[in-house]
Amino acid sequence: MLLAKDLSFRYPRQDWILQNFNMEIAPGEVVGLLGPSGFGKTTLSKLLAGYLSPTAGDVRVNHAPLPRSGYCPVQLIFQNPELAVNPRWRIQQILAEKQMPEPSLLEALGIHSGWLNRYPHELSGGELQRVAVARVLNPATSYLIADEMTAMLDANTQALIWHRVLDYALVQNLGLLVISHEAALIQRLCNRVIDLVQVRASERWKGA
Amino acid sequence: MAAPVLSRRKSIRFNRRQITLGSMALCLVFLLLIGLSSWLIGEAGLDPVLTQRNQPPNWAHPFGTDWLGRDMLTRSLHGMSLSLRIGLLAASFSAIIGTGLGLISGTLGGKVDAVITWIIDVFFSLPHLVLLIMIAFAVGGGTKGVVIAVALTHWTSLARVIRAETLQVNSSNYVQLSHRLGRSPVWIARHHMLPHVVPQLLVGLVLLFPHAILHEAALSFIGIGLSPHTPAIGIILAESMRNLSTGYWWVGVLPGLLLLLAVKAFDILGENLRMLIDPKTSQE
Amino acid sequence: MLSVENLSITFSMYDRGLAQKQLTVITDLALDVQAGEVMAIVGASGSGKSLLAHAILGILPDNAKVSGSIWFKGDLLTPQRSSQLRGKAIALIPQSIGYLDPLMQVGRQVQRTAQLSGLSASDAKAAVNRTFDRYGLAAAVQRLYPFQLSGGMARRVLVATAVVAQAELVIADEPTPGLHPDVVAETLSHLSQLASEGKGVILITHDIEAALQIADRVAVFYAGTTVEITPASDFYSGKIRHPYTQALWRALPQNDFIAVAGSQPSPDALPNGCLFSERCAGVTAECRSERPAFRQVRGAPVRCIHAAR
Ligand SMILES: Nc1ncnc2c1ncn2[C@@H]1O[C@H](COP(=O)(O)OP(=O)(O)OP(=O)(O)O)[C@@H](O)[C@H]1O
Ligand code: SF4
Ligand SMILES: [Mg+2]
Repeated sequence: MLLAKDLSFRYPRQDWILQNFNMEIAPGEVVGLLGPSGFGKTTLSKLLAGYLSPTAGDVRVNHAPLPRSGYCPVQLIFQNPELAVNPRWRIQQILAEKQMPEPSLLEALGIHSGWLNRYPHELSGGELQRVAVARVLNPATSYLIADEMTAMLDANTQALIWHRVLDYALVQNLGLLVISHEAALIQRLCNRVIDLVQVRASERWKGA
Repeated sequence: MAAPVLSRRKSIRFNRRQITLGSMALCLVFLLLIGLSSWLIGEAGLDPVLTQRNQPPNWAHPFGTDWLGRDMLTRSLHGMSLSLRIGLLAASFSAIIGTGLGLISGTLGGKVDAVITWIIDVFFSLPHLVLLIMIAFAVGGGTKGVVIAVALTHWTSLARVIRAETLQVNSSNYVQLSHRLGRSPVWIARHHMLPHVVPQLLVGLVLLFPHAILHEAALSFIGIGLSPHTPAIGIILAESMRNLSTGYWWVGVLPGLLLLLAVKAFDILGENLRMLIDPKTSQE
Repeated sequence: MLSVENLSITFSMYDRGLAQKQLTVITDLALDVQAGEVMAIVGASGSGKSLLAHAILGILPDNAKVSGSIWFKGDLLTPQRSSQLRGKAIALIPQSIGYLDPLMQVGRQVQRTAQLSGLSASDAKAAVNRTFDRYGLAAAVQRLYPFQLSGGMARRVLVATAVVAQAELVIADEPTPGLHPDVVAETLSHLSQLASEGKGVILITHDIEAALQIADRVAVFYAGTTVEITPASDFYSGKIRHPYTQALWRALPQNDFIAVAGSQPSPDALPNGCLFSERCAGVTAECRSERPAFRQVRGAPVRCIHAAR
């Protein structure tokens, strides 16, 4: 179970971005997160994956806090793959940073062996995103946060990758949080949807 | 019979990387030759031969001789060789200071960063040459003075570059991700940081070199560098000033040209190295 | 206004050591844009959309070799000419604020663009004020640095940068990925407004739905080739011709969300015949023998020998 309990976050001396947010994702569950820009979706995903520490509240995986070091069972896929890879590494090295993915996974994601020897700037944005996805699909990952993961991909590749990731999630019992502006995509993928606008409205209502 | 030769010429076309590597090798060989020349040609030419004073360039003395009959080629090469060694020493010290402070500043951040940045700014705002002269003078001139002065005045720009690079890499998504993938800070420093910093360091070092040499020459020229008896390039140039009006042009022009060539060789070396190391330009 | 014919782009790369190999990533790309028109480009990721934009702007890396021709307003667009026109007659609306100088206030940057396009400092200042005003950016925004902009503001600043230079051809490369529908709609309306002022607009996007809202025609790219150039309305009326275009349409989450398996062929192992033949359901032996040329089907060009069926 991935659990966010009374999660609050703000940068020093600034307004709250997130306040008393509660959420849980069970293994194998696919949850969608909807919300306009500026509603803290990216902040939330960084908190869940341990890139940021909450100002208050906490994130728990199977009743334990996120590990400070070692492999984090919650992995985040960034919207912008160009920034998520070391520009001086070759694709081969990038893929293998945790462990080299199975050839069948590379095949399924449409990653050509010809790319392995190239540098990131020699791939297109969509090609690079597939590399970024392959990098974290391994048994040590129990939850995957996909922040606008396929916004840079064509419709066919988007559908293809999501089908692969859903298949993978089913087999490995992976929990998924899908963040997207595309309501149609969320509807397709998710068992359950969290709408941040509603969450915030109900908080106001409770507060009043 | 000329035609086949011509067409053969045409068919040999070098690609960009071959040209780059070729010119780098050429520069390197040239610099190495100069560096080793003082051993190779010995000291014979340094002694005055009073029967051969003020000879213009000829086969026996390609750079001519000076007013004491010393062979100018031998003197120039000895001078350049000394300059290169001093330059290497000074540039290395400078690069060590720059890299060290840059890395510390970029990694630790906070107050340490503020202090180091402040020091860099202070050094930057002081007039370069004045500082150089003051330091060289303060530590008593000579080889030691030159090395210390050049080392202490040239680390700032490299420190800045390395600090910026360190900051940028440290705050990048891929380094944060690497932590989340379970990589240790040491591993990250080795695999993510090093590939960014080492090229900067190498290029910085090579580009520092010509500065070091020129400043060594400048210090010797105004008389607080090396002792006037050593055949340093700065001293040769200072002496030649007196000869400019007498028409003995070779005494100054040819050693000056050699200095220029050596400096240019370093520049080419540095620029090409930069191109080769950066994946964005290395495919050209 | 702009016409691209038989464009191909080849990269020379170092294989191992000093040996160079050639990699042709774009073959036979075609496109034309009229003044006052929005031409959308959709297609597989890695099909050469961005490279086309870079070729028009003359900003390909030095190891790229271009053949074929690009015509702009009747004259051949040579690399020299495109570097002269870049930022003036031809402007790019880049994908991210990463293209802005992070250390310079955005007002100053836009003003610099205006001055580079030939306006005097005072005229440029006036143009910047006008443009910021037009896109609902308060005067105070001019003094902000790029990182201080919200996503929506950043988009408007990027549009302003292209507009202030009075460009005649505006190329927007993925201007809306991952943006809130409101911001998407706003950015799109800016683009269609530019077209109605008589400018040519190229909109490169993965968001077919968004593209269809404003595009007059849509060019579909696959594996470095234009497979179809269709009126936008044909998507909704089910008249799109090429199997790949149909696959894209079907794969949308709001349609069937069914993907064609496999992946785009890699540039160093292209099939001899139709580039889509490895994944096409309607493939026949004929498809495999020769690359289909453009032919007119229902009034628009398509590269498929069976498209009429
Ligand atoms: N510098 C380069 N060297 C070698 N190959 C390159 C280079 N830049 C791009 N490519 C290749 O050219 C092809 C087209 O790339 P391009 O960036 O135009 O794709 P795109 O259609 O914009 O894709 P996306 O929708 O994913 O952004 C890709 O296969 C890519 O790998
Ligand atoms: S030419 Fe043949 S293989 Fe190619 S798209 Fe048409 S039907 Fe499919
Ligand atoms: Mg692109």
